[in-house]
Amino acid sequence: MPEPVIELTAVCRDYPAQPPVRALDDVSFRVARGDYLAIVGPSGSGKSTLLNVLGLLDRPSSGSYRLDGTETTTLRDGERTELRGDRIGFVFQSFHLLAHRSVVENVMLAEIYGGHPRKGRRERALGALERVGLGHRVNFLPDRLSGGERQRAAMARALMGEPSLLLCDEPTGNLDSRNTEAVLDLFDELREQGLTIVVITHEREVSTRAGRRVRITDGVLVEEA
Amino acid sequence: MHVRDLVGEAVAGMLARPVRSALTTLGTVLGITTLVITLGVAATAGNQIVGRFDELVATAITVEVPESTNGPLVAWDSLDRVTRLRGVVSAAAVAETKDSSNLSVRSNDLVDPARVTTQTLTVLAATTGLPEAARGRIVQGRFYDVGHVKRADRVAVLGDQAAKMLGVTDLDRAPAIFIGKHAYTVIGILGDLRRERNLSSAVIVPPTVGKQFGLRDVTRVLVNTSLGAADLIAGQAPDALSPGNGDQLQVIAPPSPTRARDQAQDDVNALFLILGLVSLAVGAVGIANVTLVTVMERVAEIGLRRSLGAARRHIAAQFLLESTLIGLAGGVIGASVGVVAVVAVSAAKQWTPLLDVRLAIGAPIAGAVVGLLAGLYPALRAARMEPVDALR
Ligand SMILES: Nc1ncnc2c1ncn2[C@@H]1O[C@H](COP(=O)(O)OP(=O)(O)OP(=O)(O)O)[C@@H](O)[C@H]1O
Ligand SMILES: [Mg+2]
Repeated sequence: MPEPVIELTAVCRDYPAQPPVRALDDVSFRVARGDYLAIVGPSGSGKSTLLNVLGLLDRPSSGSYRLDGTETTTLRDGERTELRGDRIGFVFQSFHLLAHRSVVENVMLAEIYGGHPRKGRRERALGALERVGLGHRVNFLPDRLSGGERQRAAMARALMGEPSLLLCDEPTGNLDSRNTEAVLDLFDELREQGLTIVVITHEREVSTRAGRRVRITDGVLVEEA
Repeated sequence: MHVRDLVGEAVAGMLARPVRSALTTLGTVLGITTLVITLGVAATAGNQIVGRFDELVATAITVEVPESTNGPLVAWDSLDRVTRLRGVVSAAAVAETKDSSNLSVRSNDLVDPARVTTQTLTVLAATTGLPEAARGRIVQGRFYDVGHVKRADRVAVLGDQAAKMLGVTDLDRAPAIFIGKHAYTVIGILGDLRRERNLSSAVIVPPTVGKQFGLRDVTRVLVNTSLGAADLIAGQAPDALSPGNGDQLQVIAPPSPTRARDQAQDDVNALFLILGLVSLAVGAVGIANVTLVTVMERVAEIGLRRSLGAARRHIAAQFLLESTLIGLAGGVIGASVGVVAVVAVSAAKQWTPLLDVRLAIGAPIAGAVVGLLAGLYPALRAARMEPVDALR
């Protein structure tokens, strides 16, 4: 059996507060290569916390997280950063595009850290934009783009570094049904190419098209059929 | 991360808020400008003072010869021994006594021969090298030469003031003046004196002629040396003039040039230096402040960069470089403005601007260092941020 991309074992995440908040409570699950996983759950249930842990942006308070077979909880900060830049692509709910940089520059940003060659960077960025259907807006500033276009720009940036894992927080939250459809089509396509996708969503439409669905309630994760 | 990417990100960050960046540089511009002007003008003015010292004072030696009961201390022909010393540019021996300093001198006015002008003037005897030794110029006619001296010709040279007072304006017709009963032909007028200015109202005669007025012995020797030789010549001249009795002569030598420069350096206005440093410090605080505000505004960007694989040092380096570039820009602008100001001040004062290359290169570097130091704390704050917190 091949190594799973994600393997969580008994992961807890406590936020120091009065009283302490247990945002993740004994979470264990695996995600295999090419899986398309939807995380659903009510607001405040711990979905973003889980995504931050998966994205190596946050450390679990206890438990083990293996990414592509590498135990990450014992890694030093620098090594986690390297792994994050190398393996993981993020699509944030609020996109986080730099306002004063053109779309293509925003996408190119994904390759400036780590050992990517400078040569051909613009071509690769244009390719990624082409892939998300934004080839006609490459020199726009983000504030000139529609919500759906910004979403796709953020997606192109996430795909730019050729990650093995794509983490999306509410990727269709701001989109109408047609744009949502386009994003979901893109997910299907990416998954066929072997990319592992984890998506947080509120929308039934998104979660039903995912291969697997897990539900979090008060930090407790349950696999849904 | 490639260095060119780092520079590109820093420059882009700076240019994203161009007005703010420009305003942020102001403090540094002000500080660097003040420093460059202060140091530049001080160096220029200092050089000017030293330059004047060099030309006039630093090379001028006067040897006073006291009266002696047993024969003259300095013989007229001993001047040759001084002239021969290495480092001596020109020299002249002069005889002037109390009695000779108010003799009545008369001339026939050429315009109106009937009118007679009588003046009380100083008459002194001098060797032929006097015009050079007094740093003057023969404005008309000529100075007497060795021939005149040997033959004891009754010739005289007038200082330009003396000539004016006596009404002697035209030497073509060989005008005569009378000192006491004797007539002397005026063969030249000496003017533009930059040393021994009192000579301009004197009547100068050859030593062989001066004897008639009691100007028997050398009372003073004027020596001009080449630059830097004054100290040496001041030591050698007395013995050359009066072998064996050199210690009885009184040498008036210029202060050594190094002292002159020290003096000039003391004139540097310390207040302005402090002012410059204070504005530089204020500039640094300004950069630190704005960079800190910028960091706080760009928290989301920091989070994004961390999510894209930026290590803490990459974040720190970017903000540090941004503040350094702002400081550098301030330094470059300040240095340029300062240099222009120094040149302008020099032009207004007709000085030669003295611009130290180290100052021109050092000023922008100082600006960059100010920016670097100012960026340290904000950069640290940015780097310390946890990615999750930054992305919230
Ligand atoms: N830094 C923090 N300190 C204390 N408590 C926190 C912190 N971050 C999150 N929490 C708490 O942890 C719980 C889970 O938060 P999380 O952001 O993961 O929820 P979520 O499922 O993403 O909600 P939403 O769907 O609204 O985005 C919440 O109750 C929240 O209040
Ligand atoms: Mg959330």
